[in-house]
Amino acid sequence: MTTISAQSLDLTFPSPDGPVHALSDITLDIAEGEFVSFIGPSGCGKTTFLRCVAALETPTNGQLTVNGMSPDDARKARAYGYVFQAAGLYPWRTIARNISLPLEIMGYAKADRAKRIDAVLELVELDKFANKYPWQLSGGMQQRASIARALAFDAPILLMDEPFGALDEIVRDRLNEELLDLWKRTNKTTLFVTHSIPEAVYLSTKIVVMSPRPGRITDVIDSPLPRDRPLDIRDTPEFLAVAHRVREGLREGMETA
Amino acid sequence: MAIDDTPLSAPGAGIGRSGKVALALRGLPHRIGPVLAVIAALIALWYLACIPMNAQNALMLAEREGIAVTPATAQERRDMSGIALALATPDQAVARAFGQDRPRLPSPHQVVEELWTSTVGLKVTSKRSLVRHAGITLAPTLLGFLIGSLAGIALAVGIVHSRLMDLSVMPWAIASQTIPILAIAPMIIVVLNSIGIQGVLPKAIISAYLSFFPVTVGMVKGLRAPSASDLDLMRTWNASALRTLLTLRLPTSLPYLFASLKIAVAAALVGAIVGEFPTGAVSGLGARLLAGSYYGQTVQIWSALFGAAIVAALLVATIGVIQRVTLKRMGLAG
Repeated sequence: MTTISAQSLDLTFPSPDGPVHALSDITLDIAEGEFVSFIGPSGCGKTTFLRCVAALETPTNGQLTVNGMSPDDARKARAYGYVFQAAGLYPWRTIARNISLPLEIMGYAKADRAKRIDAVLELVELDKFANKYPWQLSGGMQQRASIARALAFDAPILLMDEPFGALDEIVRDRLNEELLDLWKRTNKTTLFVTHSIPEAVYLSTKIVVMSPRPGRITDVIDSPLPRDRPLDIRDTPEFLAVAHRVREGLREGMETA
Repeated sequence: MAIDDTPLSAPGAGIGRSGKVALALRGLPHRIGPVLAVIAALIALWYLACIPMNAQNALMLAEREGIAVTPATAQERRDMSGIALALATPDQAVARAFGQDRPRLPSPHQVVEELWTSTVGLKVTSKRSLVRHAGITLAPTLLGFLIGSLAGIALAVGIVHSRLMDLSVMPWAIASQTIPILAIAPMIIVVLNSIGIQGVLPKAIISAYLSFFPVTVGMVKGLRAPSASDLDLMRTWNASALRTLLTLRLPTSLPYLFASLKIAVAAALVGAIVGEFPTGAVSGLGARLLAGSYYGQTVQIWSALFGAAIVAALLVATIGVIQRVTLKRMGLAG
């Protein structure tokens, strides 16, 4: 079943130096339960596409449906959870109360909120930190809390905009492993924006390679890798072949730009 | 915002955090040294200034006691500057500079003495008690501060949420502060009196008039302080503008609010003092200032002035304490 469908999507921003073509002729179908990575250099429109799905931007032209609805209806129906690069946790709320915030806004009953907070905290292995404040946690733990917050209200779609971009490689590796595990258990359709080729290949069932000026798709790779992926899968020939194809796609995009 | 906070596990992060007392005292000798040096310099300068300022009077008093001074007649001395007089008869000018009954510039110890006798030395019910006068001025100050702060916050909320208000209100708010308060205060008193409003309220409104502005300016900035991604996150949850205001914008704005409140409370005190001038009030710090200047009681003027400064300092310090405790509790302390 198609969860997200984009048909000839176009988006231009007005700017003092003339219009910026952020997205050009984006056609893409994402099936339910897929893990799709968007990779490309800055300005290729990967974040802009994610923001269109989230109804934080409106395409100038083309068709976009999320869960069979318009993106704005999907937003109002709380169809997705969004994770930004900055964890965006409130320093005056404990981790549990930060996760509680979207639930409060969406009108969940108190008992239900407590149950859901416990469940997602366990999912991201932060159950011992429920009553800690964000500043008492490391950057990686803060980002896990932010993912827990996006999972708490059972949205079928998870949108992640470079969630591990500010973290170091070691922490990043571990969070990638955990995220993959999380995805397998929750089966959420996940859209993941990244700069890192290994990250994209390791996590995704589908990799969308994009290039800038105008922001467009240069290659869509369906990963041949199995669902179960230990970290050392990154040394296998299959993995390296996919990584190679991503690199080729990125290079091609740079040449024609 | 909290990401770049030093984690507790960072090297040296816990140093100096052992014990609340140690924390409170940390760096105290460091901070207090320069402050004392500046105060000492100011007091020395003040005493020095007393000599030429009071020279005219000092030489007159000396002449009355039959001591020879130069120039010998008051007529000759009248057009001379204080510095020239002090240089002409330095011994008398210095000896009689600091203890006059009605000096042009009272010396620091005279002001301190007057402050002491009119606060600690008198019953609060006494007409000369500075504590009583301060209390009388404090009522409109606090009421005006409350009205002004609430109005300032309300205006800022409107400005942040409505483009129309952003464009229309801000220029008027700025214009309102360019009108001298001394010019507008009598009009406020007269207009309110004509519709039967007297007493504390008219003075409180003058205080509010002065104190709303810093709060508006600070809160507009504060309510716009949340990052774009924090606001986007609220939008992804389909949160209403009211919910975003209450759960995100207002808490984030608190550091800005406290900074503004400190300015506002001092402005409110000025408003209340100025508000006492046109009513011909007989009590209050403003009334003491006015009465002192009618009767040439410079010592009384200066002690009322310092009384007002002390009240302002206490008000600002009180907000400072609330600020520190609140922001620390909210994890917003820098």
